[in-house]
Amino acid sequence: MQGNRVIGEAAIRAGCRFYAGYPITPQNELTEYMADNMRRAKNGTFIQAESEIAAINMVLGAAAAGARAMTSSSSPGISLKQEGISSLAADELPAVIVNIMRGGPGLGNILPSQGDYFQATRGGGHGDYRTIVLAPASVQELADLTMDAFDLADRYRNPVLILADGMMGQMSEPVEFSEPAPRQYPESYVLNGRGKGKSRFIRGLILDAIRMEEHNWKLYRKYQVITQKEVRFETFWTDDAEILIVAYGTAARIAKGAIKRSREMGIPVGLIRPITLWPFPMEVIRSFAERVDNFLVFEMNTGQMVEDVQLALGGIGKVQFYGRPGGVIPTPAELAKVIAHHARKK
Amino acid sequence: MKQVFSRPKSLKNSAFHYCGGCGHSIAHRLIAESIDELDIQDRIIGVPPAGCAVIAYNYFDIDMLESPHGRGCAVATGIKRVLPDRVVFSYQGDGDLAAIGTAETFHAANRGENITVIFINNAVYGMTGGQMAPTTLLGQVSTTTPPGRSALLDGHPVHFSEILGQLPGTMYIERCAVNTPSNIMKAKKAVKKAFQYQMDNVGFSLIEILSQCPTNWKMSPLESCRWVNEVLMKEFPLGIIKDSKR
Repeated sequence: MQGNRVIGEAAIRAGCRFYAGYPITPQNELTEYMADNMRRAKNGTFIQAESEIAAINMVLGAAAAGARAMTSSSSPGISLKQEGISSLAADELPAVIVNIMRGGPGLGNILPSQGDYFQATRGGGHGDYRTIVLAPASVQELADLTMDAFDLADRYRNPVLILADGMMGQMSEPVEFSEPAPRQYPESYVLNGRGKGKSRFIRGLILDAIRMEEHNWKLYRKYQVITQKEVRFETFWTDDAEILIVAYGTAARIAKGAIKRSREMGIPVGLIRPITLWPFPMEVIRSFAERVDNFLVFEMNTGQMVEDVQLALGGIGKVQFYGRPGGVIPTPAELAKVIAHHARKK
Repeated sequence: MKQVFSRPKSLKNSAFHYCGGCGHSIAHRLIAESIDELDIQDRIIGVPPAGCAVIAYNYFDIDMLESPHGRGCAVATGIKRVLPDRVVFSYQGDGDLAAIGTAETFHAANRGENITVIFINNAVYGMTGGQMAPTTLLGQVSTTTPPGRSALLDGHPVHFSEILGQLPGTMYIERCAVNTPSNIMKAKKAVKKAFQYQMDNVGFSLIEILSQCPTNWKMSPLESCRWVNEVLMKEFPLGIIKDSKR
């Protein structure tokens, strides 16, 4: 099944009952899948919005009304959604946003890229906030992480981003959908008419500086909990590794191929693959630095996650970077050459 | 003693922060009275905008969700689609609705969303201090049109209600005012009718309310009420623009 469609199917199975989107390549199959299949879900809503801005704001309304809500887009469209993502974070509302990244900046192109790492992991919009960022590296993981994204969004009442690229969205692999856990969320925040109780409101505007500061610290404390509890990563061939590659998503798949080749040539190289880009597996990388001092960060951009790796290492060990931006997809053979060169230099 | 006048149940017991002579507080009251009379306080959800009415949730005793600037109709769409049996309204100013929110308003109307929009037109950006709005009149002085709005440089006042009236998706659009007792009574009737239409699943309704902004117009409240009659209404005539049920 194709990656984009898998996200849609996983979302519906996870109980997503509201989807609004706007056409943009390379994620159109997801929007079309929702158009086809949301109607089969009881009380499901699909809206082709007039813009990405409208789509995310519809999601804001749907989330406040208590629905599991999702929107999706690709890089330029995600820029437009930032206003709404910032509002969702401010309002502490759950939502899932899918970014099937393409080359940039500007309109860029429609080829796979990882140029939106900074945007995704630093909040993306204005103000002092974070979003949980999940980076799948297979179609199976697209399914699993999409389901998890809804649970995480509910657990922390926070927007969750799925950050994949055109390769992930377009490729097809076998997939098994797991049984979703029953939805757990505090229904108290849902605006559905005050009924016989007290009226409620949800807002981001807090004019009083002290109260605004309190709200910022409250969000910060929540982000601290997420940082402690939700870090996810995979290690691959790290036990005897003397060189460690750090890569996520499509780049991590390429890295695995390159590692197999390098191992055949006798180079002891392994991989750390962050699955959550925020929170970033800082401590994991730091703990590897006790044993390995040679890191190679590999991304499909000019160097973004490499800054987080440097931050994690705090000056310990050597950090090199190899990247191909603009929609160029390097081959495992190409990366294996880089690894060999890197090993010789050491 | 028989009580003949009181605060509507759907308004909280708190003082409005609006300037003296401002039309917002009257519009709020009309909405609250309509909610009370239709007995929907328990199942209505309001969407306040960015602008002077941003903290409307401090006044209305109903569930409310603040919208980012201009996106009220998209936010209301999201709520209404999830909760089709609730009454949902968006409250927006002229800059919010007819400038930054043009696309969201136009397309919610075109989809025929079964929501109600209360559109406050005072021909100026109020909260930010009197800049040109899309509805600012030709020749009208604002802080960003110091010599007066020029058609050549600044474009023409936008008649958004008439534009929406062209769309098959809209069901009821009326322009009202809150500058005289009789206009206030008519505005109340229109607001209540719009909510009733929504409850009857008729479809998209919008009530435009010409509203006084004495502070930014640099007039007294009385002069403002007169200016609505003598100047603003010449550009934006009152009346029903569309009523598909009539």
